[in-house]
Amino acid sequence: MSPTAAETSTVAAEKGNWTARLRDSAVKALPPERLLPDRQPAYVASWAYVFGALSIAAFGVVLLSGAVLAVEGPAWWHNSNVGLFVNSVHLWSTELFFMFMVVHLWVKFFMAAWRGRRKATWITGVIAFAVSIGTAFTGYLSQQNFDSEWIGTQAKDGINSTGAGAFWNVLNFGQMLMWHIVLLPGVVLLIIGLHVLLVRRRGVVPPFAPTEAQLAQAGLSLAAAAPGAASVPVLGNNPEPSADQTAPPASTVQATGSGDQAPGLPEELSWNQPENES
Amino acid sequence: MDLLAALVHLGGTGKYISWGVVQISLANLIIIAVMIVMLVAAIVLPFPKHETRRK
Repeated sequence: MSPTAAETSTVAAEKGNWTARLRDSAVKALPPERLLPDRQPAYVASWAYVFGALSIAAFGVVLLSGAVLAVEGPAWWHNSNVGLFVNSVHLWSTELFFMFMVVHLWVKFFMAAWRGRRKATWITGVIAFAVSIGTAFTGYLSQQNFDSEWIGTQAKDGINSTGAGAFWNVLNFGQMLMWHIVLLPGVVLLIIGLHVLLVRRRGVVPPFAPTEAQLAQAGLSLAAAAPGAASVPVLGNNPEPSADQTAPPASTVQATGSGDQAPGLPEELSWNQPENES
Repeated sequence: MDLLAALVHLGGTGKYISWGVVQISLANLIIIAVMIVMLVAAIVLPFPKHETRRK
């Protein structure tokens, strides 16, 4: 006797199908309060932390202006005043995107933002930067003017010397345009999305912990700073401190720190450290 | 726009600065300088403070 549909679905639900497993692992990795947090550690209140968001904002303008260009077509962006304006918006938003991204990179480099199990965050940022450069280059090749002709004829020798010219022809306008408006933006979008999810998962990197000498200069000591220290000030709407804000004892900080923190530091220096999970 | 065009000759040949083997366009040099200024300003300038509701 074959099982009924209800019995079959019950068995599937008990064993867990791939959608259930994917959902469970996704929620476990990124619970809603971490995916869309309403508070951040106090050290995030710095201009140094805004350049990632500025890069994404500029990238949004790049995508929107590019979409308008795609809708209207080359004759419009070459000949009409509005088309020329949108074309310029596309260029200048790209310029801003790269400027913000470079400053973001500098800030994160000097903060050693790969600390605290954030290597994947750093690496996805590097890949996003590299693919963005390729996207911009194909954009220069898609201008349909003397500049793009010059760039294409100059670039072909460099590309050919790598051997990639056999399948990636910078003189092939159609191929470069498709890479510019379909493939590469998709890759950039995907990697930036992954980068942001990793930032949410691992948290923004905290500043370097002060050294014992610096603390001593300020009249502080490590022993006095750790247990029972005042709870960390946070930005946001939630006045109730949650469990992960509670200052751990000095030994815990020492055991779970990322290796660059001295033991017994105030909790704001260990807030947002990733938990012990893969 | 006319003012900008008067200040910067947008249709002219690009200006380049050479220093030994290093050659860079003036426009790119200005962009890099602006980025450095942004970096320093981001570190030095205070961030606007909001009232926290924390009790």
